Amino acid sequence: MQTEPRRTTDGRPEQEYVSPDVNIVETKDGYVLEAEMPGVSKDGLEVTLEGNEMTLVGHRQNEAVTGTPLFRECKLLDFRRVFELDPAIDTARIAAKMDQGVLSLTLPKSEKVKPHKIAVN
Amino acid sequence: MNSLTRWQRPVLSTWPGFGRLTDLRDDIDRLFESPLTEWARSSNLLSGWNPALDLYEDKDNLYVKVELPGMKREDIDVSLHEGSLSISGERKGEEKHEDAEVYRAERFFGRFQRTVTVPASVAVDKVKAQYKDGILTITLPKTEEAKPKHIDVNVS
Repeated sequence: MQTEPRRTTDGRPEQEYVSPDVNIVETKDGYVLEAEMPGVSKDGLEVTLEGNEMTLVGHRQNEAVTGTPLFRECKLLDFRRVFELDPAIDTARIAAKMDQGVLSLTLPKSEKVKPHKIAVN
Repeated sequence: MNSLTRWQRPVLSTWPGFGRLTDLRDDIDRLFESPLTEWARSSNLLSGWNPALDLYEDKDNLYVKVELPGMKREDIDVSLHEGSLSISGERKGEEKHEDAEVYRAERFFGRFQRTVTVPASVAVDKVKAQYKDGILTITLPKTEEAKPKHIDVNVS
C-alpha cells in the first residue's frame, strides 16, 4: 500500500526540505551569503527572486550508494530557504558561486544607496 | 601586588570533559530561553562540529560518506588503524570580511573528528577516497576472507 503524499493548498504534493546553515555578513558594498548544501552541484542550484524575496533551492545529486545502510545520519532531502532582501540590493547584479557544497552569493548594494562623498567647492 | 604582565588568552584545558561541562550548562540555560529547534541546532556546542556520516555495505565493499561542505582537499585527513577509520580535519574560516557586520553565523569552523569501527576486514592498500560537492566518499574493498561465500550444495 502506498501512502498518499500530503498536498499543498494548490494540490501539488508537499515536499519536505532541510534548511541550509548560512552565514550572512554586510559590508559597505553589499552582502555576502554563504549556504551549506553538501551534495549539491552548480546544476542542482536554483535561486529565484520574487519581489523582495529570494528563494534558494538545492537539489542533491549524490549518486545513490548501492548497498545496505548500516549507519545513517546524512539526510537525503533537498535544501530550501527563503530570505527577505534589503531593498538597497541591486538584484540585477547578484552573483552566485558554488564550491564544494557551499553556495556563495554576493548581493551588491545599488550605487545610489552607497555612502558617497560630496565635494565642496 | 598587581603584576604588569600582558594579558594572555587562557590556554584551553586539556581535560576534554571540562569544556564540555561548561558548555552543557550554557546549553541548559539556553534551553529555557529558546525554542526547541534552536536548541537542536545549537547542540553543536556540546560536541563541536560533528559532520553527518553514513556507512553502507555491499558484497565487495564498505562505503563511508561524510558531509564536509566547503573544505579544502588537503585539510581532510583519513586514516585506518586497527579496524577503525578516522576522518579528521579543519575547516578554516575566511577572514576576508574585516569591517563587516555579521547577521548570521550558523556555519561551524574549526576542527572535527569522526571515527567508525569498520565492521569487516578491508584491503588497506586499496582504500579510495573521493571529495566532490562537499561530500567525502571512502570506498573500502573487503578482503577475500571477509566476502560472503557461496557454497553449492549438491543433493544426491
